[in-house]
Amino acid sequence: MPRITYEGTAYECGAGETVLDCLTAWGIDIPSSCRSGVCQSCLMRAPGGGVPQAAQAGLKPTLVAQGYFKACSCTPTEDLSVALPDAAGLRLAAEVVSIEPLNPDIVAVRLRPARPLDYRAGQFIRLFRDAQQSRCYSLASVPQLEDVLEIHVRQVPGGQVSSWVHQELRAGDSVQIADSAGQCFYVPGQPEQPLLLLGTGSGLAPLYGIVRDALHQGHRGPVWLYHGSPTPAGFYRAAELRALTQTHPNFRYVPCLSEGDTPAGLRRGTVLEAALADQTDFTSWRVFLCGHPDMVSQGKLQIFLAGAASAEIHADPFLPSVSPAAAPA
Amino acid sequence: MSLYEQIGGDAAVNAAVDIFYRKVLKDARINRFFGGVDMDRQAAKQKAFLTMAFGGPNNYSGLDMRRGHAHLVAQGLDDSHFDAVVENLGATLKELHVPDALIAQVAAIAETTRNDVLGK
Ligand SMILES: Cc1cc2nc3c(=O)[nH]c(=O)nc-3n(C[C@H](O)[C@H](O)[C@H](O)COP(=O)(O)OP(=O)(O)OC[C@H]3O[C@@H](n4cnc5c(N)ncnc54)[C@H](O)[C@@H]3O)c2cc1C
Ligand code: HEM
Ligand code: FES
Repeated sequence: MPRITYEGTAYECGAGETVLDCLTAWGIDIPSSCRSGVCQSCLMRAPGGGVPQAAQAGLKPTLVAQGYFKACSCTPTEDLSVALPDAAGLRLAAEVVSIEPLNPDIVAVRLRPARPLDYRAGQFIRLFRDAQQSRCYSLASVPQLEDVLEIHVRQVPGGQVSSWVHQELRAGDSVQIADSAGQCFYVPGQPEQPLLLLGTGSGLAPLYGIVRDALHQGHRGPVWLYHGSPTPAGFYRAAELRALTQTHPNFRYVPCLSEGDTPAGLRRGTVLEAALADQTDFTSWRVFLCGHPDMVSQGKLQIFLAGAASAEIHADPFLPSVSPAAAPA
Repeated sequence: MSLYEQIGGDAAVNAAVDIFYRKVLKDARINRFFGGVDMDRQAAKQKAFLTMAFGGPNNYSGLDMRRGHAHLVAQGLDDSHFDAVVENLGATLKELHVPDALIAQVAAIAETTRNDVLGK
C-alpha cells in the first residue's frame, strides 16, 4: 500500500483510496468542493513528483510544472510526499466593484483583481468566503472588452457562499479569489465552424462571455445561443443579446421557457429540445454546455448522438460542492 | 508489423472511439448496459476496449475482464449482447476503411475474451 507523507507523518493509503479521502479519513482538513476533478478546490503539491497523470488533468502547465495536483483525483500508485499550497501562491485579493441584480435569483458581481488575471471568457475563478470555503463561478467578462471580472451568482436556497454573496457582500469589500481554470472557452482558428451554446440559469454567465469573445474575434459561422429558464423572469441580459443579433447576423439568441404557457418571443421547452428541433445534425459543430448538471450530461449525450465529435463538446456542469460526510465512499 | 500497427495504432483508436460509441448508444439491443456512466469516463473505457481488441498494448488479464463485466452479467449480459458488440466493432472498422482480413483478426481477438466477459 502506498504511503502518503504530510507534514512529517506517513499515512497508510487504502487500495483505490484518493489522497483526499485518505487524509480526510485521518482527520486532516483538506479543502475540497466538487470531489470530481472539476473545481480545483483540493489542489495540493507533490514537490517530489510521483503523481498519476489523471490527478493533473486540466491543470495549467505552470501548475503541473510546480507539482500541483488534485487530491480528489489522485489515487497514488507509489509513496507520495504532499503539502497544501501556501495560500499566497494561488490566491489573490480582489475588490468588489459592483453588485447588480440580473433577475430575481441572480446577481452580477464585478471584481477588480489586485493584479491582472490571464484568463479566457468562460473559464471559472474560485471565490473565497473565508479561508476554507470557496466556490467556483464562471467568467462572463471578456478580457479584451472589459477591465473588470464579472461573475453571475445564483442564490441557492441555504447555500453557504451564494447566500453570503447575495446578503452580505457589498461594493467596496475586499475578497480573495483563486486564479482562473477550466477548459470551457472559445479558441480562434476556425471562424466558419458553427457554434452551439446551451445554458440554464446562471449557466448563461460563461456563454455570455464565450459568445462575445467569439464574435469579437471575428467568428463568422453560425453562433446559436439557447438560454433556458422555468420562468419568464429568469431571462437576463436579453436586451444586450438581442442587440448583438442586430449587429451580428450570424448570431442567434433563443430564450427557452421550460415550464408553463409561453409568451411571445420565447420558445417553449428545454434548451435541448429547442436546439434539436432547429437542427438534427450537429456533425462538425463546436458545442458548449453550462449550468444544471442534468441538462449538461443529457445535452452532451444527445448532441454527441446527433453527430458532434466528443472532442468538440465543452461542458461545465455547475456541480454542487459535496461535504466530506456526504461524499460517496 | 503487429495487427495494432497495421490498423493504425493510437490514431486509429481515437478515430474509432466516437464512431463505435455512437453506434453502441444507438443500438437498442445493448445500449442499456452503457447508460448511467458519465460520457467522458465511458469514452476512456471505450478507448481501453478498442486498444485491446486491436491487439494493442494493455494490462488487462482475463480476471480483470471477468471482474469488469460481472455487474453486467448480473444484469443479464449474454452471448447475443457479446455478438452485437463485435458486430458494431466490425461496422466501425468498415466505416474507417479497414480491410476485411484485419477486421476478421480483430473479431478473433474479441472472441478470445468471450468466456471471461460473460463470466462462463
Ligand atoms: C465549474 C463550475 C462553475 C460554476 N459556475 C457558476 C456560476 O457561474 N454561477 C453560479 O451561480 N454557480 C456556479 N457554480 C456553482 C457554484 O460553484 C456553487 O456550487 C453554488 O453557488 C452553490 O454554492 P453555495 O455555497 O451557495 O451552496 P452550498 O452551501 O454548497 O449548498 C447548499 C445546499 O444546496 C445544494 N445545492 C448546491 N447547488 C445546488 C444547485 N445548483 N441546485 C440545487 N441544489 C444545490 C447543496 O447540495 C446543499 O445541500 C459553478 C460550479 C462549478 C463546479
Ligand atoms: C468483446 C469483448 C469485450 C472486451 C475485450 C471488453 C473490454 C472492456 C474493457 C477493456 C473495459 C474497460 C475496463 C476498465 O478499464 O474499467 C470494458 C468496460 C466495459 N464494457 Fe466491455 N468488453 C467486451 C465486451 C463487452 C460487452 C459485450 C458489453 C455489453 C454489451 C460490454 C460493456 C462494457 C461496459 C458497460 C463497460 C464499462 C463498465 C463500467 O461501468 O465501468 N463489454 N470492457
Ligand atoms: S477538483 Fe478536487 S474537489 Fe473539486
